[in-house]
Amino acid sequence: MRLAIVFEINNNIENIKTFRNWRRRTVDHGVQPMKAGEDLMLRRTFNSLMVSVALFSLGAGAAMAEETLKIGVSASKTGPLTAGATAVYWPNMQLWVHDVNQKGGIKIGEKRLKVELVEYDDKSGPEEAVKNIQRLATVDKVDFIVAPYTTGINLAAAPLIARYGYPQLIATGNANELETFVKRWPNSFWLLGKASDLSSGIVGTLKTLRDKGQIGNKVALAHVGEAFGLEMIQSARPAFKTAGFDVVYETSYPIGTQDLAPIISGAKAAKADAFVAFSYPPDTFALTEQAQIQGLNVDAFYVGVGGALSGYAKRFAKQAEGVLAMGGINPADRAYKDYRERHKQVTGQEPDYWASPVVYASLQMLEQAIEKVGSKDRAAVTKAISTGTFDTVIGKVSFNNNILGRVWTVGQWSNGVLQGVNGLGVDGANAPVKKPAWN
Amino acid sequence: MQILVTGLLLGGTYALIALGLTLQYGVARIMNLANGETLVAACFVAFWLFTVVEVNPLIGMLAIAPIALALNWLIYAGLMQPLVRRAKNRGMLEVDTILATFGLLFLFQGLMLLGFGGGYFSYKFLAEPFLILGDSYGLNRVVAFIAAASVAALLYLFLYCTRYGTAIRAVAVDPTSAQLVAIDVPRMAGFAFALGGALTACGGTLLSTFYTFNASMGVIFTMKALIIVIMGGVGDVRGATIAALILGVAETTVASLIDPGLTLATNYALFILVLLFRPQGILGRASA
Repeated sequence: MRLAIVFEINNNIENIKTFRNWRRRTVDHGVQPMKAGEDLMLRRTFNSLMVSVALFSLGAGAAMAEETLKIGVSASKTGPLTAGATAVYWPNMQLWVHDVNQKGGIKIGEKRLKVELVEYDDKSGPEEAVKNIQRLATVDKVDFIVAPYTTGINLAAAPLIARYGYPQLIATGNANELETFVKRWPNSFWLLGKASDLSSGIVGTLKTLRDKGQIGNKVALAHVGEAFGLEMIQSARPAFKTAGFDVVYETSYPIGTQDLAPIISGAKAAKADAFVAFSYPPDTFALTEQAQIQGLNVDAFYVGVGGALSGYAKRFAKQAEGVLAMGGINPADRAYKDYRERHKQVTGQEPDYWASPVVYASLQMLEQAIEKVGSKDRAAVTKAISTGTFDTVIGKVSFNNNILGRVWTVGQWSNGVLQGVNGLGVDGANAPVKKPAWN
Repeated sequence: MQILVTGLLLGGTYALIALGLTLQYGVARIMNLANGETLVAACFVAFWLFTVVEVNPLIGMLAIAPIALALNWLIYAGLMQPLVRRAKNRGMLEVDTILATFGLLFLFQGLMLLGFGGGYFSYKFLAEPFLILGDSYGLNRVVAFIAAASVAALLYLFLYCTRYGTAIRAVAVDPTSAQLVAIDVPRMAGFAFALGGALTACGGTLLSTFYTFNASMGVIFTMKALIIVIMGGVGDVRGATIAALILGVAETTVASLIDPGLTLATNYALFILVLLFRPQGILGRASA
């Protein structure tokens, strides 16, 4: 089919030349009869065009005949959030569609429907995301929508997604006032827990270490000056105080900065026992490297987003040993191991040790809820999500008041794997250990 | 002392980012908004060379710079020259090239996203402590600073001690008069644009040794370069270098003594001060 079209295009270019020659003669010398062969050629072109139009519509007809389940996705493909989305979001879409379609599709009643993705780029901004959601709902008329990437964009898109009655399974965002949010948009589901869970997670881990006598009482805090960092520090500050820690250094830095030498020297000068940074990926890497260069040998070193990426262990290799990071998983869990293997095979890249499996699990929940209801009825599927129990790559999970009870909060690098050391309702957490000096 | 050294190292980075643009804008009169993309592209090439072919970035620079020179010359000849010919005055040329390079920005960014995806990239090169007066600094930064200083010194020698360089400076000062003394202005402008591109690529190569980068980061560098170029005085290589160093030291001082959150504010405060009191730039001469 494609070959035929290419051939026709070439043919048509020839014929356009013929036609142009004839017209040129006509312009110069008045209307001229076509030379022998020319008219025949043009007529043939016209006929072949008709044939290809017919073929095209036939093809389209055939495609239409096979009913699919249309799933809309809007997330970052350009702009500053792209890097994160490429690491934990897009590969999971690819993997899920691959997995579902390989087994014949999602079972709705008697038939199996293959999944068809409609993807849009939100250019890392909420305005564009809202436009995309609108378009997915009204123009593409998709059956379901995958929640966008990051907290901010999910918050911005929530009212619109709610208006069209789609369930919103948020696997890449967390905030503090989740209960109020869920009351307002009962179709929203949160899979990464509250921001305060994450901050109390690291506080708890440090407390465990201190109670074992492995670290001292002095903590240095740094956070990125952006919604995420601010949410985190707001809940972390009082939590550290309540736990009896002494915050000897605290600072923020603008998003995008990678020149963080002053922060590390500040923490070093304050003689902190533990360093905690609520950071974003580029600064997570920069802080870690800078800490090694300046020899900031604390007994606990914690970084935020990006610390759970497989690339972190690759980059720092042996130096990553003992580093604490936001996220975590039980890497020995069979479901996760299988998932990791398939992720590598299908997408060619390794998933991270935190949000990746959760994103995939959110898609599995959607899939299982649709199959359970046996129709594309969004209200019924939303209800099934809020009440059901699902078998996913992060284990058997269910929602309590639309918030997932099982979340990992802190992991610790050990032999190139981020082993979960703290979380809510999780099994398989290891005990945290004191970080060895940078070697 | 530690603040000063950290600041100077940072300033060296900034100088790397800005030197290319100051040539392109100052001599060729082309406000190249795709400057940051050239830089990131060089980061990617250096990354690829280091991780796949295992070539030291400093040696890789010897290959990257001539390639960037050639490519930028092609860009100038193919895309900028028609605009230069069409422009009736300098203002029109600036507006046209801003629009054209704005388009190029998205083209380059798209190509890089296509080729490398949107993820973060970084590699480990000389990430070890280096002692200066008892304090330790990243060896990769120190090396980058020295390399940058050598590149800048070569550039300075070229601009101030050769005939060709003098001709380029003449075009920067006054393109019309330069023509009167038999300088081939379009040719010089093209060469300056290409040289600027090559310098930017050198900057990118050095930057990649200690920066985590991704395909959509170019704009950040373009913004920084723009501030430094305007602070230093358009087309003035020495001014840009001094402005970059001042910026680096000021940012580090504020970050260490007051709050790291204020580095951006320091940046723009300095920028505004320069615009208020020396609109022609730190070393620039008042235009007639």
